[in-house]
Amino acid sequence: MAEENKAEALKGGEFLIKETNPETVFIPEDINEEQKLMADTVREFVEKEIMPRLDAIDKQEPGLTTSLLEKAGETGLLSTSIPEEYGGIGQDFNTNTIIAMEMGPSHSFGVSYAAHTGIGTLPILYYGTEEQKQKYLPKLATGELKSAYCLTEPTSGSDALSAKTTAKLSDDGKYYILNGQKMWITNGGFADILITFAQVDGDKFTAFIIPTDSEGFTRGEEENKLGIKGSSTRALFLDNVKVPKENVLGEIGKGHYIAFNILNIGRFKLGAMTTGGAKRFISVAVQYANERKQFGKTIGSFGAIKHKLAEMAIRTFVSEAAILRTSGLINQRVEELKAQGESYSSALIKAAEEYAIESSIMKVFGSEMLDYVVDEVVQVHGGYGYSEEYPAARAYRDSRINRIFEGTNEINRLLVVDMLVKRSMKGRLDLMTPAMGIQKELLSIPSFGEEPEGLLAKEMEAVRKAKKAALMVAGSAVQKFMQKLGEQQEIIMNITDMVIEIFAAESAILRTLKFANKNGEAAAKYFVDMTKVYVSEALEKINLYGKHAVSAFAEGDELKVLLLGLKRFTKFDPVNVIKLRREVADKMLEENKYCF
Amino acid sequence: MKIAVCVSHVPDTATRIKVGDDGKTIDQTGVTYVVNPYDEFAIEEALKTKEALGGEVVAISLGGDQNKETIRKALAMGVDSGVLLKDDSQRDSLSVAKALAEEIKAQGAEIVFFGKQSVDYDNSIVGQLTAELLGYNSVTVAVSLKIEGDKVVAEREIEGGKEVVETTLPVVITAQKGLNEPRYASLKGIMAAKRKTIEEKPAAEFESKVEVIRMKKPPEKAPGKIVGTDASAAAELVRLLREEAKVI
Repeated sequence: MAEENKAEALKGGEFLIKETNPETVFIPEDINEEQKLMADTVREFVEKEIMPRLDAIDKQEPGLTTSLLEKAGETGLLSTSIPEEYGGIGQDFNTNTIIAMEMGPSHSFGVSYAAHTGIGTLPILYYGTEEQKQKYLPKLATGELKSAYCLTEPTSGSDALSAKTTAKLSDDGKYYILNGQKMWITNGGFADILITFAQVDGDKFTAFIIPTDSEGFTRGEEENKLGIKGSSTRALFLDNVKVPKENVLGEIGKGHYIAFNILNIGRFKLGAMTTGGAKRFISVAVQYANERKQFGKTIGSFGAIKHKLAEMAIRTFVSEAAILRTSGLINQRVEELKAQGESYSSALIKAAEEYAIESSIMKVFGSEMLDYVVDEVVQVHGGYGYSEEYPAARAYRDSRINRIFEGTNEINRLLVVDMLVKRSMKGRLDLMTPAMGIQKELLSIPSFGEEPEGLLAKEMEAVRKAKKAALMVAGSAVQKFMQKLGEQQEIIMNITDMVIEIFAAESAILRTLKFANKNGEAAAKYFVDMTKVYVSEALEKINLYGKHAVSAFAEGDELKVLLLGLKRFTKFDPVNVIKLRREVADKMLEENKYCF
Repeated sequence: MKIAVCVSHVPDTATRIKVGDDGKTIDQTGVTYVVNPYDEFAIEEALKTKEALGGEVVAISLGGDQNKETIRKALAMGVDSGVLLKDDSQRDSLSVAKALAEEIKAQGAEIVFFGKQSVDYDNSIVGQLTAELLGYNSVTVAVSLKIEGDKVVAEREIEGGKEVVETTLPVVITAQKGLNEPRYASLKGIMAAKRKTIEEKPAAEFESKVEVIRMKKPPEKAPGKIVGTDASAAAELVRLLREEAKVI
């Protein structure tokens, strides 16, 4: 990335009030040769090691997942975020994003992999002492040790800090003694170490590293789950488990920093993996649509199927644009912080925290996009989609968990507005000035400027206005409810949904513009088609969410003004989306795969 | 011991190939290129041979700049160095073999691996031609290989079975699927490959005697026919085989 572009990088959440220069965003075409080779290796690994064994993995054949994790370790796939001094290969954030995307279609194995390399490894990397890092990271990098992350308990899910597990210092002051129960622990069946959270002295939420060969540790039975049946998920029991006090991770009473910061990265990664998964599953649907004949024609030649194929592709294209844009922002911030002398770990924690809003957005967007895609993949297959003989069924059931773990989508939606409001109050993000400006603009007569000209210029202008719509609704809601906004969850969800659509639509425009600037408008034809469809529908959704929100808290003249404002800020001439979708679908049918 | 492995850069087999506007070359738009799949067996065998006998492995490829991707992949798998014989023109197999033979001679390689064929033009001929030009022995379509001292014992696929052949160094081996299980380019290997060198030089020029006049896709295969599902269909099947297909 060129020097002059660096200065322009937006802070977290700033996309709502500022514009982004397309040249500064990270897009798939920026992936370098070395990153491509690494992506190839991951794809080959998934193709050769995972795909032929999906049934055996889902049956939890003893030793299979652990041996595959070890094989992944041999290939280097467990060590991409671990620095070289701890036995890893320390790749940058963007490379890790690309690898996560390639791991996306690996079903249950991907979940075991992500739990081990992400929430299972990163807490030690980011918060461990030098001794802890030296002791555990090299073995986590090879897969000799497998890890699990234990936050959830039977009575504390989304409300994680209310955990009941206790840790008590022994009389001689050398050990902590842990008691409690953990639920839904991924890799629970075979993990050698656990990153576990417990309350010290009743209320000091603290993280511990617990070896599973400790006395008093027992595992429950495998959960019988709706999907990702091949990933081990168990309840774990701690009955007077004694661990040396050197196993405290981070500081006593600071466990929530670990829990939340690790989740920021986990949420981002989930967005990356769901995007990678969707790309592959769409290809499955396209190939089926090219093969299956009804009424003497392939089903791909029918408009109803074309609509599905195109819409799946459009949402995936947008998701990829947004996830790489976010990755590029985090990557750049990490490198800047490192250049300023921050350690690798603290640079990553700070960068992930800076873009926590974008990461929550991507968690929600990616998981809902994938759920839409797999649902339509089943539908394109008709009856065969419901049969285990075809890959659609597994994709369908394995997708569902993504809306639940790493913070439910509801929690993440609440968090987006919560973080925006908090940052605004603290002066980190100036939402007030533009929001006040919009209030004034609402009472003035709209100016009828000239139509913007240029590639996607109308779309860019529409997103610019949509940001005003979101700020207007959010600003009025904050004014109305002040400190009690948190109680208005439906309104918060509406505001977040407006914000998500804005981030997604803008990301698609930026990706397409950067691509077109480099390769010409002709080469960008399908990107332009997809962006136009997405933006035009995003504006209608933004308008609808906005209406729901303001109708809930305003009335009379105030409501009238707000509704007029919404209309003004989301106005967009209809686009022939049917024609555009057909073009997108036809291109994929010709290439016989997702080809964007 | 110097070991050479010759690699080619070919369109991904999953790509839908279209003939270009000139009617003589393929349309490059949207085509992704990969290491020729049979060459992956050749690379793996070269690495195994080095691990058993010592020495070093050089990957040689003839073509444009894009071939460096394939060389880089070989380096990432563990090959020590690479040579790109630069040439953007279309050459025939003999002209390719002559340029490769010259480079192999210059390298002093005594064991040379090829894939049994490149999946672009599928001529299955460059390995043998190169052996002939070098005066080396050759074993084609090898599915197993053992080298001890000067002695080479290989199993090769033949119509309906396998044969075991013995020969001596120097030798050219062309690799068939089943010879080994190619290793992944580990992520460490990919990083190490950055520090390895690819020597670039113009490919020695030789006249091509084959000229591509026209390229076209094979005609669409007619759909199969089901004449029946039990014994009563046998008579009709025989009639069709005799009168329509004319094979009996």
